[in-house]
Amino acid sequence: MTAAPAETGLKGSSERGRLARARLLRGLLPAMSLVLVLLAIAWLNPRAISYFGFSLMLNLAIPIALATIAQMFVIAGNELDLSIGTFVGFVGCVTATWLKDAPLVGALILLGSICVYALLGALIYLRNLPSIVVTLGMSFAWQGLAILILPKPGGKAPDWLLSLMAFKPPFIPFPIIAALLIAAVVHFGLMRTSYGVILRGSGGNAAALSRAGWSLLKTKVVLFALAGLFGVLSGMALIGITTSADANIGNGYTLLAIAGVILGGGEFVGGRVSPIGAVIGALTLALAASPLLTFMHIPPDWQVAANGAILIIVLAARVLISRRER
Amino acid sequence: MASLRLLLAKPWIWSFIGALLVWLATIAFTGGYGGGGMITAALSLAVFTVIVGVGQMFVITLGPGNVDLSLPANIGLASAVAMKVMDGNDSMIVVGLLAALACGMAIGAANYLLIWALRIPPIIATLSASFIIQSIDISYGRGLQIKPPPGFASFTNWQILGIPVLAILTVLFSIGAAIALQRMIYGRSVLAIGQNIRAAWLAGVNVGRIRFLTYTLSGALGGLDGALLAGYFRGANVDIGNEYLLASIAVVVIGGTSVAGGKANVPGVWGAALFLVLLLTMLNTFGVSAGVRLLLTGMIIVGVITAAGGQKALR
Repeated sequence: MTAAPAETGLKGSSERGRLARARLLRGLLPAMSLVLVLLAIAWLNPRAISYFGFSLMLNLAIPIALATIAQMFVIAGNELDLSIGTFVGFVGCVTATWLKDAPLVGALILLGSICVYALLGALIYLRNLPSIVVTLGMSFAWQGLAILILPKPGGKAPDWLLSLMAFKPPFIPFPIIAALLIAAVVHFGLMRTSYGVILRGSGGNAAALSRAGWSLLKTKVVLFALAGLFGVLSGMALIGITTSADANIGNGYTLLAIAGVILGGGEFVGGRVSPIGAVIGALTLALAASPLLTFMHIPPDWQVAANGAILIIVLAARVLISRRER
Repeated sequence: MASLRLLLAKPWIWSFIGALLVWLATIAFTGGYGGGGMITAALSLAVFTVIVGVGQMFVITLGPGNVDLSLPANIGLASAVAMKVMDGNDSMIVVGLLAALACGMAIGAANYLLIWALRIPPIIATLSASFIIQSIDISYGRGLQIKPPPGFASFTNWQILGIPVLAILTVLFSIGAAIALQRMIYGRSVLAIGQNIRAAWLAGVNVGRIRFLTYTLSGALGGLDGALLAGYFRGANVDIGNEYLLASIAVVVIGGTSVAGGKANVPGVWGAALFLVLLLTMLNTFGVSAGVRLLLTGMIIVGVITAAGGQKALR
C-alpha cells in the first residue's frame, strides 16, 4: 500500500533530476557553443586570444548583440521583425548626418522612430495583422528613408560617439564589457522584474494574461518600443565603429538577429527567450562569421557556407540535448 | 448583386482591385498613353514572382513558422546550372530546364531533411541552407558569362497579341496549382496540416510525406524560375534571385493567404504580383527617386494589409 507511492515518488524525483539536468545542459548550450568557437580560434591562432585580438575580433559584436536583443523583444511577444536590419541602417544614416550636424533634430528623429515602432506594435495588435507582413513593408520604408537621408555612402559619426566606441578600458576589452552590460541590464529587466514576466507572458499565453486584467495592447506596444530602442542603440553603435554610414549598412542584420536569438536558446513561439543567451548567440555569430573562418584558411567563396554549417551544427547539438529532455 | 457580394467576400479580390487602381492611376497620369504596354510588361515580370509565390504559398500554408528562405539562393544556383547545361545550344534547352528543376528539387529535399532530422524551425533551416547554396553558387558560377541559347531567350520573351506566352503558360500552371490545392488530396492535406497538424496526423494524413513534397515543390519551382529568369534577362547571376525573398512572401500574404497557415488561394498570388509590379511601374512613371519609391512601396504594403487585415492572428 505504502510501497507503491513511495516508489513512484522516487522514480518521479529521479525523473525530475534527469529533466533538470537536461534543461541545465540546454541552458548552457549557447555558452558551450561560444566556448567551442573560442577554443577553435585559440587552437588555430593563439595570438588572437589577447586584449588586442578580442578588441579586434569582437569589434562588430556590439551592434549585432544590440540588434539581436531588439529582435528578441519582438520574438518574446510571438512576433517577428523583418525590418530590424534596414531600421539599423536608417538609424545609422540619421546618426552620421542629423545627429552630427543638428544633434537636437537628430535626437528627435530617433525618438520619433522609436514611437513609430511602438505604433506598429499597436497597429499589429489592434488590427490583428501578421507582423511578418507589416515589418516586411516597413523594411522597404526604412530603407527608402535611409536612401533619402544619405543617397551616397558618407556622413560622419558624432565625435562623442566615436570616442565612446573607441574607449579602451584596462584589462578587459570594451566589446566584452559592453556585452556583459547589455546582457545584465536586459536580463534584469525582462527576467527579474514583474512587468518583464508579464511581457514574456504575452507570448506564452496571451489569453490567460488578458483574463487576468493585463492590457495586451500595452505589452505589445512596450515590446515593440523596446525593439525600436535597441535598434536605435545598435545603429548608433555601428556608426560609432564604422565612422561613416551607408543606406545598406544594416541589411544583413535582420537574419543575423533572428539566428542570434535562436542560437541563444530562444524559441519562435511561447515567449521563451533568453537575453543572456541572445547576447552569447550574437557573439558566437560575430566570431564565427569572419575571424574563425579566416584562421581556418577557408577560401572566401566558402565562408558563407561555413557560417550556415556552424548554425546547423549548433542547432543539431541542441536537438540531441532536448531529445533527452522528453 | 448577390454575386458581387460573393466576389467581394473572396480574400483575393482586394489584390486585383489594388492592381487595377494602380494601373488606372498611372494611365490617368500619362493621359491614357502606354496603358496596354504597361500590362504586357507587368505580365512578363509578374510571371517570375507568381512561380515562386505559388511554391512559397504551399509552404506558408503548412502552418506557423513554415517559410522557405532559401528561394533566392536556389534561384541563383539553378540559373547558373541551367545556363551551364544549355551552354548556348538550342538542342539542350529541355535538358537544361530539367537540370534546373532537378537542382531545385534537390535543394527543397535537403531543406526538409534539415527540418526533419534536426527538428530546426524551417525559418532557420532554410536560412542556413541558403548560406550553403549561395557558396556553392559563387564557387560553381565563378566568372560564368554564358548567354542563354537564342531559342530559349526568344521563348521567354515571346508574345502573342501583346500577351507574353510565358504568362499564358503560368496562368495554366496556376489553374493546375489551384486544382491541386482545393480539389486534390495533396492540397487538402496541406490545408489540413496548416489548420491543425496534430488533428491532420490523427486523421491519417501522412504529415511527413506531405511536408517533404511541399518543400520539394517549392524548391522545384525556385529552380524553374531561376532558369526562366536567366533566359529572360540573358544570363545567370548570383544575385538574380535576391528580390524574390521578400517578393515571394509579400505576394502570398497580400493575396489573402493566411500567414497562420491552413488558408490559401492561388488567384491572390497573381493579383498581388501584378499589384507589386504595377506599383513599381507607377512610381517609375511618376519619376520619383529610389528612396521615395521604396518608402511608398513600404507604406502601401502596410496600408493594404491594414485595410484588408483583421484575420485571425498567425504565429
